[in-house]
Amino acid sequence: MIEQHESQQTDSPQQSGSATQEAQGEQQFHLDTVEHAAQTPDTELPWAELGLKEDEYQKVVEILGRRPTAAELAMYSVMWSEHCSYKSSKVHLRQFGEKVSDEMKKDLMVGMGENAGVTDIGDGWAVTFKIESHNHPSYVEPYQGAATGVGGIVRDIISMGARPVAVMDPLRFGAIDHPDTQRVVHGIVAGVGGYGNCLGLPNIGGEVEFDPCYQANPLVNALAVGVLRHEDLRLANASGTGNKVVLFGARTGGDGIGGASVLASESFDDSKPSKRPAVQVGDPFAEKVLIECCLELFQAGLVEGIQDLGAAGISCATSELASNGDGGMHVDLSSVLLRDPSLTPGEILMSESQERMMAVVTPEKVQDFEAVLDKWEVEYSWIGEVTDTGRLIIDWQGEVIVDVDPRTVAHDGPVYERPYHRPERQDAIQADHFTGSAADADRPSGAAVKDAVLELMASPNLCSKDWVTNQYDCYVQGNTAMAMPDDAGVIRVDERTGLGVALSTDCNGRYAYLDPYNGAKLALAEAYRNVATAGARPAAVSDCLNFGSPEDPEVMWQFAEAVRGLADGCLEIGVPVTGGNVSLYNQTGTEAIHPTPVVALMGVLDDVRRRTPSGWDATADGQAVYLLGTTADELDGSEWARLRGHLGGLPPQVDLTQEKLLGELLINMSRDGMIDAAHDVSEGGLAATLAEMCLRFGTGARIGLGEVAERDGVDEFTMLFSESQGRAVVSVPRSEEVRFKDMCTMRNYPFARIGVVDAVNDALDLMGTASIPLPELKQAHESTLPQYFG
Amino acid sequence: MSANTFEAPLVADLSSPAPDAALKDVRVGIVTFPGTLDDRDAARAVDIAGGTSVPLWHADADLQGVDAVILPGGFSYGDYLRAGAISRFAPLMSRIIDAANSDDALPVLGICNGFQILTESHLLPGSMIRNNHLKFICRDQRLRVENAGTTWTADFTSGQEIVVPLKNNDGQYVCDQTTLDMLEFEGRVAFRYVGHNPNGSLNDIAGVTNARGNVVGLMPHPEHAVEAGFGPDSTAQGQVAMGEGTDGLGLFTSVLNTLINGGSRA
Repeated sequence: MIEQHESQQTDSPQQSGSATQEAQGEQQFHLDTVEHAAQTPDTELPWAELGLKEDEYQKVVEILGRRPTAAELAMYSVMWSEHCSYKSSKVHLRQFGEKVSDEMKKDLMVGMGENAGVTDIGDGWAVTFKIESHNHPSYVEPYQGAATGVGGIVRDIISMGARPVAVMDPLRFGAIDHPDTQRVVHGIVAGVGGYGNCLGLPNIGGEVEFDPCYQANPLVNALAVGVLRHEDLRLANASGTGNKVVLFGARTGGDGIGGASVLASESFDDSKPSKRPAVQVGDPFAEKVLIECCLELFQAGLVEGIQDLGAAGISCATSELASNGDGGMHVDLSSVLLRDPSLTPGEILMSESQERMMAVVTPEKVQDFEAVLDKWEVEYSWIGEVTDTGRLIIDWQGEVIVDVDPRTVAHDGPVYERPYHRPERQDAIQADHFTGSAADADRPSGAAVKDAVLELMASPNLCSKDWVTNQYDCYVQGNTAMAMPDDAGVIRVDERTGLGVALSTDCNGRYAYLDPYNGAKLALAEAYRNVATAGARPAAVSDCLNFGSPEDPEVMWQFAEAVRGLADGCLEIGVPVTGGNVSLYNQTGTEAIHPTPVVALMGVLDDVRRRTPSGWDATADGQAVYLLGTTADELDGSEWARLRGHLGGLPPQVDLTQEKLLGELLINMSRDGMIDAAHDVSEGGLAATLAEMCLRFGTGARIGLGEVAERDGVDEFTMLFSESQGRAVVSVPRSEEVRFKDMCTMRNYPFARIGVVDAVNDALDLMGTASIPLPELKQAHESTLPQYFG
Repeated sequence: MSANTFEAPLVADLSSPAPDAALKDVRVGIVTFPGTLDDRDAARAVDIAGGTSVPLWHADADLQGVDAVILPGGFSYGDYLRAGAISRFAPLMSRIIDAANSDDALPVLGICNGFQILTESHLLPGSMIRNNHLKFICRDQRLRVENAGTTWTADFTSGQEIVVPLKNNDGQYVCDQTTLDMLEFEGRVAFRYVGHNPNGSLNDIAGVTNARGNVVGLMPHPEHAVEAGFGPDSTAQGQVAMGEGTDGLGLFTSVLNTLINGGSRA
């Protein structure tokens, strides 16, 4: 027995489980009470190991007027972590709240700062959606990291009082042929599917990208959307002195300790030990039961306030509930149900065990509340009550171990004005245009265009993603009106009227690398175009900002520029940001990922049955094919340039006024039955758009681009592979052509008839250039992922 | 909304042909276990077919006088231990097993996880193990109705093909050789996969029936192909407009019509 432990040791996670403690029986650690902390000001605490900087620790001491207890230190360290406090990003994110017009706020019921934003979609219905990252855990442990990413975002949606109705998953991996990509892809796809499928939530879209910049930093972003009646809205606050606080769902275990502070807020480095214990482990069955249980609680009006337990676990839930309410909270931590009875109070406070919720219940409803939980066989324990002290007080076996002002934990974390500057190399990057570069030496023309299109459509980023999406259930709940591979996922909200929503997530990290400001706007433009192409009226944005280390001023510049671009863009196009998530430190060593500001956009459809598919079927034989918008030489950052190993120059020009106009056209045309199919032009240019439209239902087209190329002053190659914005291809029934042309002319939007749907010849015929048989195109398109992943 | 917009009926096209009003009197219970996912879909399918769906809770001991029962898909109890192995012991399952085996021959349909529960309950022979390719699979699947003599397939003709979604992790139907021979010999293979066997099931078996034809289990999901706009992009006849496939409706009309006509019930 080692005696000197007695005076100095505290219950920090570092020492739990050591052999000496096990021998000590019940009291495995020296309980560090508030009283004890006051008496032992000189005790050294492991603040650095918990991720706090020295000045941050000093600020905690200043706030408390004494050293923190071990438990308090645990709370501050997780809540002040980058992941939870947004300390590096906060000063920039403010723009999303500032660059807002009254018009944009009109339908916003809950804005940023809550678990998820809530938008009024009419008829008494509201929609809440949010996108979040689970990047670092998914690299360490792909299956569980991805699974719990889905689980976490779904709990955010439940916390708003909504029924989750769908999920989406933008995924970014390293090079497709890198050995580690095998490990990561299989685990992440199976994790997203394993959890989402088991929850009974249709997966309706997302993205899959392969790029070496994500090699040791795959991005797993997960979006969930939920629906609720206006009156069912719930917020995370603890009000009403005497109300009871209950923790329910899964028991608290030793998983995910330090997930937010250690894992999500640091860069990886080979010299550090494995972080596997910091990854949470998911149980989708427990979450499915929790969803149904919560919905029954909401319906019966049994909860006053509710908060899910995600990053920072009980620390976060208690401090946020208390500080958003009107008083304080008194919690007895000894009442928390544990999976592992040896956990220390600090570990219990930091544990990120999944499938847990915390709620505030009035005393008279306690019995009814318990009846619902008993019905669903969900475990619960009453852990405390709301007080009017303004303090968050946490006891452990009768002793006070936490006594803080909850606001100082949840909201008054450090705020950094991180230095940033434009990278010196940025000028050289932007001057390195694709056109005329060495990589542009073998520009195909004539019959060679066929092989170029086949190569493009078989490339890792434009190939069919069926291998991934076939592992996801898109049918469950019976309200999926559209899903991948169409431009947006569409979900019916009201079975009576057909009211519903469309969602798309988009980002082009290559564009953002070339120009983060416009790259963010381009992500917004694409998401907007996708939702409008489906026929939905864009209504709200959620963003997931994936970047490298904020401590690198050049990365910080990328971040600042992207946020400024997205905030400006949202104001220009008139759609508010309702919430989101920032993921920093996505870098291994000194090399950061491409700045990847993923934009998720939600739009509203009055009747989901009028959604527009992204391709034509055989019944459209003979319909006219039109291209909306104009094409310029914009091959920098394009998929074609990627195929030739080139990344330089400037991304395509983005004009959000034009995008908005195009969106209005597509929405009106869809509603008035003028178009039967519509697909936006983005990655891969017109070549990819036309190929995808033909492959969608296996029906070909005859296309002539000579005239339109002449109009725009570009060659046919540029016409096919340039990624100019503000474009979409539509098919128009013969009977609607006059109305269609009138509408384009009236709105002064450029349009050109480029061909006809051809259900007879099984080919995408680029007349006068090359004809690509659809079976060959399909084979090329669908073989790539199975070839790599089996 | 502009005046010239087309107002499509949202919950399927109930106008033509109008379902027999008498079907409304047929009450079909939909059982929810913890972890059941497709219960609301199955209820919607019954309602669209013209019947009346009745929610049933696994822990209740009362069948509420329903005329038929559907065990819907999902991951009851997380498929932990073995798919369907825990649900089989629910109080309501004892009632269902008794009623299905009684002279009244309560019609019971198990879809996906429901099929797994039926094999665990020994109402149907065989078992489902992990897909042979070891991945969850979701696809539109072509099936052949091999036996149109059951309560749940009477509105089809034997040999008729349908397209309905399939989605499962543990969908590989297996049984011993004697059972397999018996199923084939007695015509108790109700549905068979056509064109592509998605999970390695023996003899391409997608669904089986008991000897009396009142209990049917199948792995794919007919309840996801009942409402135009929200189903597969194809039917047995070929491609249709997006989501317009409703080939699964026949299972639900079969049970309603059989019960109304007093047909094969017992």
